[in-house]
Amino acid sequence: MARQQPNIQSGRLDKAEIDGNFADLHPPLSRSEALIAADRCYFCYDAPCTTACPTGIDIPGFIQKIRSDNIRGSAHTILRENIMGGMCARVCPTEDLCEAACVRYTHEEKPVDIGLLQRYATDPIFAQGTALFERNDSSGKTVAVVGGGPAGLSCAHRLSMLGHDVVVFNRDSKPGGLNEYGIAAYKTIDDFAQREVDYILSIGGIDVRNNMTLGADINLADLRNEYDAVFLGVGLGSVNELGIENEDLAGVENAIDYIADLRQADDKSALPVGERVVVIGGGMTAIDIAVQSKRLGAGRVDIVYRRGRAQMGASDFEQELAQTSGVTIHHWVQPVRLLGDRTVSGIELQKTTLGDDGKLSASGATFVLDADIIFKAIGQKLDDNKLGEELDGLALERGKIVVDESQATSLDNVWAGGDCVVGGDDLTVSAVQHGKIAAIAIDRQLRS
Amino acid sequence: MADLTSEFLNISSPNPFWLASAPPTDKAYNVNRAFEAGWGGVVWKTLGEDPPIVNVNGPRYSALHSNERRVIGFNNIELITDRPLQTNLDEMRQIKRDWPDRAVVASVMFSMNEETWSKYVPMIEDTGADAFELNFGCPHGMSERGMGAAVGQVPEYIQMVTEWCKQAASIPVIVKLTPNVSNIVPPAKAALDGGADAVSLINTINSIMRVDYDTLTMYPTTDGMGTHGGYCGEAVKPIALNMVAEISRNAETAELPISGIGGITNWRDAVDFLALGADNVQVCTAAMVYGFKIIDDLTDGLSMFLDDKGLKSVAELVGKAVPSVTDWQYLNLNYVEKAVIDQDLCIKCGRCHIVCEDTSHQAITQTVNGERHFQVIDEECIGCNLCVSVCPVDSCITMHAVTEGIDARTGQAIVTKSANWTTHPNNPMRKEG
Ligand SMILES: Cc1cc2nc3c(=O)[nH]c(=O)nc-3n(C[C@H](O)[C@H](O)[C@H](O)COP(=O)(O)OP(=O)(O)OC[C@H]3O[C@@H](n4cnc5c(N)ncnc54)[C@H](O)[C@@H]3O)c2cc1C
Ligand SMILES: Cc1cc2nc3c(=O)[nH]c(=O)nc-3n(C[C@H](O)[C@H](O)[C@H](O)COP(=O)(O)O)c2cc1C
Ligand code: SF4
Ligand code: SF4
Ligand code: SF4
Repeated sequence: MARQQPNIQSGRLDKAEIDGNFADLHPPLSRSEALIAADRCYFCYDAPCTTACPTGIDIPGFIQKIRSDNIRGSAHTILRENIMGGMCARVCPTEDLCEAACVRYTHEEKPVDIGLLQRYATDPIFAQGTALFERNDSSGKTVAVVGGGPAGLSCAHRLSMLGHDVVVFNRDSKPGGLNEYGIAAYKTIDDFAQREVDYILSIGGIDVRNNMTLGADINLADLRNEYDAVFLGVGLGSVNELGIENEDLAGVENAIDYIADLRQADDKSALPVGERVVVIGGGMTAIDIAVQSKRLGAGRVDIVYRRGRAQMGASDFEQELAQTSGVTIHHWVQPVRLLGDRTVSGIELQKTTLGDDGKLSASGATFVLDADIIFKAIGQKLDDNKLGEELDGLALERGKIVVDESQATSLDNVWAGGDCVVGGDDLTVSAVQHGKIAAIAIDRQLRS
Repeated sequence: MADLTSEFLNISSPNPFWLASAPPTDKAYNVNRAFEAGWGGVVWKTLGEDPPIVNVNGPRYSALHSNERRVIGFNNIELITDRPLQTNLDEMRQIKRDWPDRAVVASVMFSMNEETWSKYVPMIEDTGADAFELNFGCPHGMSERGMGAAVGQVPEYIQMVTEWCKQAASIPVIVKLTPNVSNIVPPAKAALDGGADAVSLINTINSIMRVDYDTLTMYPTTDGMGTHGGYCGEAVKPIALNMVAEISRNAETAELPISGIGGITNWRDAVDFLALGADNVQVCTAAMVYGFKIIDDLTDGLSMFLDDKGLKSVAELVGKAVPSVTDWQYLNLNYVEKAVIDQDLCIKCGRCHIVCEDTSHQAITQTVNGERHFQVIDEECIGCNLCVSVCPVDSCITMHAVTEGIDARTGQAIVTKSANWTTHPNNPMRKEG
C-alpha cells in the first residue's frame, strides 16, 4: 500500500496559541483563595495527609501558618521536609497521595487543596530567595553525589545543612534531572526548575559539575577512594524496548527524548509535530507526550495501553486531562508490529484480555492506526550501557539498585535513591525523600 | 403559618424584629428602605441636644473576620446622631405617618440635668413616636461626657434619669442597658425602680480590635491615634443572652419586658433571645454587614420554627427556656453522661482524640488493634462535651445519659435521685439533707 510522506511539520499553531496551551496548568491561588482553602483544613491530629506524603510534610502545620499569614514559617515547615516542595506542589499527583488521604475527601469527596496551598506558601520564598536554612559547622568531610536530579539535589542540600561539603557530578548540561528535562512544560512554567535549583544551591557548600558522566568521565572506584561517601541518584537512563517488528523505523521515537527537546526549546512552535500521533504506554510519560503533542497542534493523538483504566500508572486526573485535551485512550490493546517502509506509517494492534491466572493474552482480530510519529512511553531502565562496569559489585534487582531502609547499597559507603533504586516509584517526591534519608544516614556514618 | 405579630408595650408591629438604634436607622432614607424590606420597627439613631455632636472623619468601624472574611465581631467609635435635632424630628414624623403599622421608637441621650430632659422629651414625643429608648449604653465618646455608659454603669443615675424622662413623657420608656458592668441585675432593677416600662440590652462592649502589625499602633487609628470602641455582632450574642436570662430569672426584675439585642444574625439567634425571656429583638450589625434583606430569613425562619413547635405566636415562645436556667449549685451532681462516637459518620480526623488527650481526660483512643480508630473509653470519659464541641462532623459525637447500672469511670452505681452541691458531703457549707 503506497503511502504519502509522513505529515510532520513545525508551526502547526502560532506562538500565541502555543503559549496559551502551555500556560500554568494549575494557576496559583490568590491570598483570599488561599485563606478560604486553608480554612477548610481541620488541623487533624496525626494527620492522614502527612502519613500519605512520601516526605512526611506536616501538612496541617503549614496550612495553619497560611491562615495566620505566617508564610515564611509555612514555607519552612514544608521545605525542611522536602526541599523540592515548590516543584512537588506543581507535579505531585496529589489526588493519589496527600489529597487522597484527606479526611475532607472522606467527608465530602472534596479534599483540601493541599498542593495549591503548598505552592502558595513556597512561591514567595523562591521569588525572593529568602534564606530559610543554614549550614552546620563544617565536618571537614566531602561527599560525592552522582546525578543532579531530585534525589541527588535533595541529598546534597541536606548534607550541606548537616555541615558536609558536596560535589555533584551530573551527566546533563543543567542540573535538575527530569524536573528540567522531563516534567510536562505546563506544570513548571517560567523556568521554575532552574530557579528552584538556584535556591537549593544558594545554601553553599555544593559544587555542581555538569557534563560529567559516571562510567565515562568518572568511575565509582575513584569516587569511593577520593570521597568520604558516595550517593547515586542517576535516574533511569535508557528506555525499554517494545521488542516487536520494525521498531527501528524512522518516526518511532522515545517519548522522553522528545519531551527533553520540548522542555529545552526556546520556541515551541519550531518543534516538528506529527499530524497523527500514537503513544504506546500507560504512565505519566505517555499522558505527557500525548497531551503536549496535542497542545503543539497534532491532529489526532491516540494512546494505546495493554491494560485497563484502573491499571494505568497515570492518575485519574492525568487521564482526564488527556481526554479533555482531545486525546483518545484505547485500553486493552497491544501492539503487534509497526508498519512502514523506512519511515513508520502505522501500528497494528490486537485486543488483550486478562486471564483467570492474571496473565495478559492477545487474541482475535487486529486493527491498524495510521501514524506519522509513534512515541514509546513504556518505561525506563537503568542506563547500564553507560554505567557498564560501574555497576559491578552493586546488587541489582530487575535492573535497579537494591537499597536498605536507609538507602544504603550493597557497597560500603555507597548510598542510592530516586528512580534508579528498587522501590522507587517514579515520583519526584519519593526521589527527594530518598535523598534526604540517605543524607541523614551518611551524616550518621561520617560522625560515628 | 404562625402569627409573627408582636405587641411590645402595646406597640404593635408586624413582626418582632426591630432595627436597633444605629446607622441603619440614621435617617428617613434608610428607614424607608428597611420598612420596604419588611422590618417590624426601628429605634431611631440616638437623638441628642443641639448643636449636634461631630463624628471623626476617619475610620469608625473595624471587624473581626474569619478567613473567609465573614464578619464575626464588629467594632465602632461612632457617636449619636450628628444631624440637627429638627431634621430628625421632621423625618420621624413623616415616617410614622407613612408607616403607621410599624414601630418607631425615639432613642435619646441628654446631659444629666432635669431641665434638658423636660425640654426635649415633649418635642420628641410630638412626632408620634411610639416610645422612648434611653441610651445608657454607648461606651465610647459620649461616656467621656458623662452620658451613655457613664449613666448606665451607676444604678442611682439610671433610676434618676429614668424618673426625669417618665415625668416628661406620656409614651412608654425603654431603658437600654450597657453590658460594661459586672452584674446586669442592679442596673435593670434601677430602671424598674425609676419607672421604666421595659429594658433593652445589650449595647456594645468596650473593645480594641487589634494592632496594626506594620506600625505597631492600635488599629484602626485616626491620624495615628485610636480609642476603644464598642463591640457587637455575632461574637457578643452569648454575653447578651446571659444578661437577658439573668434579668428574666431574677425575681426582682422578672416582670420587666425585654427587648433583646446583640449579635442576632439569623432566626435561630432570635429564638435564643425570645426563649430566654426577650419579648422582641433588635438587630444592628447583621443589617450593617448584609443589608436589610436578612429580614426574609429572620421572619420566615422564625415563623416556620413556631409551626414546627406547634406554637401559635411569638408570645408563646417567650421565656420558654427561662426555667431551665439556674445557679451552678443546683445542678444535679448524680447525673452522668458519656460521649458516643458514631463510627459510620467519623472521618478519622483525630481532633477529638487530641483534645481529650491533651486537655481533658485521655478518654478517646487513637488506634484500636493497630488501626486508626477513635472510640470513647467509658472508664475515663467525664462527659465534658469537649469532643462534641470540636468534632467537625455534625452529630458524629453525641452525649448519652447513663441512667442505670454502674458509671464505668467511678465504678459507682448510678444514683437516680437528684442531688446537688448544696447537700454534697464535700461542701463545707452544705445544708443537711
Ligand atoms: C515525562 C515524565 C514526566 C514525569 N512527570 C512527573 C510528575 O508529573 N510528577 C512526579 O512526581 N513525577 C514525574 N515524573 C517522575 C520524576 O520526574 C522522577 O521520578 C524523578 O525525576 C526522579 O528523580 P531522580 O533524581 O531519581 O532522577 P532524574 O530526575 O532522572 O535525575 C537523574 C540525574 O542524574 C544524572 N545522570 C544520569 N546518569 C548519570 C551518570 N551516569 N553520571 C552522572 N550523572 C548521571 C542526570 O543528568 C540527571 O540530572 C515524570 C517522569 C517523566 C519521565
Ligand atoms: C456603628 C454603630 C453605631 C451605634 N450607635 C448607637 C446609638 O447611637 N445608640 C444606641 O443606643 N446604640 C448604638 N449602637 C449599638 C446597637 O444599637 C446595638 O445595641 C449593638 O450594636 C448590639 O447589637 P448587634 O450585635 O445586633 O449589632 C451602635 C452600634 C453600631 C455598630
Ligand atoms: S487530612 Fe485534610 S483536613 Fe486533615 S490535616 Fe490533612 S489537609 Fe487538613
Ligand atoms: S466528653 Fe470529655 S472526657 Fe469524654 S471523651 Fe469527650 S472530651 Fe473526653
Ligand atoms: S473529631 Fe469527630 S470525625 Fe474526628 S475523629 Fe473524632 S469523632 Fe471522628
